[in-house]
Amino acid sequence: MDPVIFLIQCLNAVQYGLLLFLIASGLTLIFGIMGIINLAHGSFYMVGAYMAFALQPAVEHYLGGGFVATVAVCILLTTLLGYLLEWVFFSYLYTRDHLQQVLMTYGLILVFEELRSILVGNDVHGIAPPPWLSGSISLSDVMTYPVYRLFISAVCILVATALYLVLTRTRLGMKIRAGASNREMISSLGVNIKRLYRIVFAIGVALAALAGAIAAPVTSVYPGMGNAILIVSFVIVVIGGIGSIRGAFLAAMLVGFVATFGQVFFPQVAGMLVYLLMALILLFKPEGLFHQG
Amino acid sequence: MSAPIFSARSVSRDFGGLRALDTVSVDLSLGSIHAVIGTNGAGKSTLVNVLSGELSPTTGAITMNGDDITRWTQPRRARAGIGRSYQRTTIFADLSLHENCRLAAQASHQRFWHWLEPASRCRRSNEAADRVLEQTGLSALRHQIAGSLSHGKKRQLEIAMSLTTRPQVLLLDEPLAGMGPEETERMLELLASLRNAHAILLIEHDMDAVFQISDVITVMVNGSVIAHGDPESIRNNDAVQAAYLGRAAA
Amino acid sequence: MTPRKRTAFVLSVLCLLAALPWVANDYYTGLIVKIMIYGLFAMSLQLLVGGAGLVSLGHAAFFGAGAYATALLSPESASANFFWLIPCVLLASTAYAAVTGALSLRTRGIYFIMITLAFAQMAYYVFHDTQFGGGSDGIYLYFRPEWRVGDWTLLNIDDPHTFYLFVLATVASIWAFLSVLSRSRFGAALTGIRINEQRMRAAGYSTFAYKFVAYLLAAALAGIAGMLFAAKDGFVNPELLNWEQSGLVLLMVILGGSGNLWGALLGAFGLIALEELFQSEAIFGGMANHWHLTFGLTIIALVAVMPKGLAGFMNKLGHRAQPGPASRSSLPHTPQP
Repeated sequence: MDPVIFLIQCLNAVQYGLLLFLIASGLTLIFGIMGIINLAHGSFYMVGAYMAFALQPAVEHYLGGGFVATVAVCILLTTLLGYLLEWVFFSYLYTRDHLQQVLMTYGLILVFEELRSILVGNDVHGIAPPPWLSGSISLSDVMTYPVYRLFISAVCILVATALYLVLTRTRLGMKIRAGASNREMISSLGVNIKRLYRIVFAIGVALAALAGAIAAPVTSVYPGMGNAILIVSFVIVVIGGIGSIRGAFLAAMLVGFVATFGQVFFPQVAGMLVYLLMALILLFKPEGLFHQG
Repeated sequence: MSAPIFSARSVSRDFGGLRALDTVSVDLSLGSIHAVIGTNGAGKSTLVNVLSGELSPTTGAITMNGDDITRWTQPRRARAGIGRSYQRTTIFADLSLHENCRLAAQASHQRFWHWLEPASRCRRSNEAADRVLEQTGLSALRHQIAGSLSHGKKRQLEIAMSLTTRPQVLLLDEPLAGMGPEETERMLELLASLRNAHAILLIEHDMDAVFQISDVITVMVNGSVIAHGDPESIRNNDAVQAAYLGRAAA
Repeated sequence: MTPRKRTAFVLSVLCLLAALPWVANDYYTGLIVKIMIYGLFAMSLQLLVGGAGLVSLGHAAFFGAGAYATALLSPESASANFFWLIPCVLLASTAYAAVTGALSLRTRGIYFIMITLAFAQMAYYVFHDTQFGGGSDGIYLYFRPEWRVGDWTLLNIDDPHTFYLFVLATVASIWAFLSVLSRSRFGAALTGIRINEQRMRAAGYSTFAYKFVAYLLAAALAGIAGMLFAAKDGFVNPELLNWEQSGLVLLMVILGGSGNLWGALLGAFGLIALEELFQSEAIFGGMANHWHLTFGLTIIALVAVMPKGLAGFMNKLGHRAQPGPASRSSLPHTPQP
């Protein structure tokens, strides 16, 4: 394989992996800390993307902002949405068994999809990256690489670093990590569980929505984008080990590379490769790579 | 004491860097109760798990009636005549006492050509269930739901279930845990009645009970055996007193 | 209900169902057939979920395997013969179940849910991305299979009424089999494994073997449901294996009440009826196009209000109506001494 093409594919793999990490980290936190299987997590990704599309004209008009402002507004709104959603809906799921959580969040997916259909319609939309990010850098005489994809990777790395710092250096992070390894214990230690859960959930939603918003120029905005990403995120959480951010990162990068290079070398079976990877890993480590608690 | 029918020889078990069991040897003979005592973290539960087959030993060998059973899985060992009870009550809470015992008894009658026969009509399982409920004094409660029993009765049911398949060896992990004085007496009577027909390993913290009922005592500290012998010699053993007994048992 | 009353009830339901094609129009007959097929699909999953306590989110893979086996193995210009088709369908679904089960059953809880989902997605991609089964367009079944010995046709089910009765007979007999199974030694062992697998192992059961057999059996029955589905509409596409299908059938099992067999049938009936209801323009007007919304909200409400599903709810109603010797599940707890 041509080294430049190899480099391009590596960059693609890293970008895809980082994006997946953003989504999966929210999911693993939510499941690890609150013990909730949330099938609707993919819907938040979709909400982020559709918001980026739908709000762009409004943001431009009222705030005079461009792409970054739109994304910022998206994050704000979805964090709020996550906070409210936890309060109104998800907090009732804690006492339910996994089965009921699966079903209620399955119903939630349907509701989100349909609301999206009613509010924004079912069309596929492209989003143009902002002008200052739409160039390409040249990697060789003939090969170039879109700057925007590098931007995605940069944002993901930034957010991942911020997440790491919050988790390891702040009190909130300490509570979160304690909760991920032993849920019953932190409540007996007097931590305000309700508020912690709400914050964690809001963070998870915001991460997924951010991923959707910044990925939109590359993937386009289409119905069903949430479902596709949901399954892959679950696979990553399972491979990485539930509750482990480190595991989610490693798993996301693995999946990113397997999916990207799989597409290049075995396009016919590319879709299956990720699941084969999961099956292989679970064969040797039935509880994921970095199982917690 | 008769020859041992169940032997663990130099069994060790590591968990990563931690050596939970260090060359422990245990012999069980029919007609005797062998107690294993020790501080918390001494490795007693690990020992039972290794002997019952839930964990495999890192090194060492386990034999029963001449067969090397070291690599045998837990179900296989159970079918070969090793019964065990758990420290945390492990019963079928939704089923009645009789159903609990019948289900445990059915393990001896698993030929797949019988699979479709109605469970409630398995004569031999029903008889075994009746027998063990009688033996443990729970017959009157046979139709009660197991989850609604008092703690002491649940522990008795545990023992009953481990008896259904007529095991030769009984591995009992803290059967007296959480019991009041009256329940403890009843349990000790039950254990005494079981002595003749079984080879019993008893993990316990209740020192009075241990010295009252056991024929042989092994003392473990930090995964190793520090003393082994009959109750009198253990009581007088300096090392044991220093490490574990503190003030002398009455 | 006493066993005799129950048998009488079941038989009368069967008779009513058998008479249905002659009184209802074609649309409703077809709908009942669909309900029966999904009922079978749900019952096969109930064996796993309610029987062995294994929650699978990938059961659609076996349904699809059966459907595709039927479509792919049927000749284009003639009817396939059930005598060899059925074993092939069973082989297809159990073969995939054997491979995936050997791996999946080593996990439990949420990991089991996810790995079954992943294996179903894998199967979905095989049919969706490759040309093996006609790709994302799907394939057609041109002639319904029939029962044939040599040149002599024993039973041809092209006629919709005959097909209806054939499906009814199949589903009823499998229901009877699963009923016997639930009361059998095998069923008792599965129940034990569901309640407390550790105790079962300590008693001497090789629990993996039991779970594996249950998994294979559930897959086989789902395959039969898939075969009937292919025969019904004559069209099979990869969407039969997607996870929304797996979720739907799981919904049926749980909404119906995963504790027993007729809960699965009730769930299939309830969910399909709900789908029909919410898609009905007569009642919902414009919202009928967005029936996923009403459907989703209803699912959420139902799960919230009836955690034990319809069957559990109806059991409760039944007990309130008949004071008397209470059934096992409502035995009052004796006060602790």
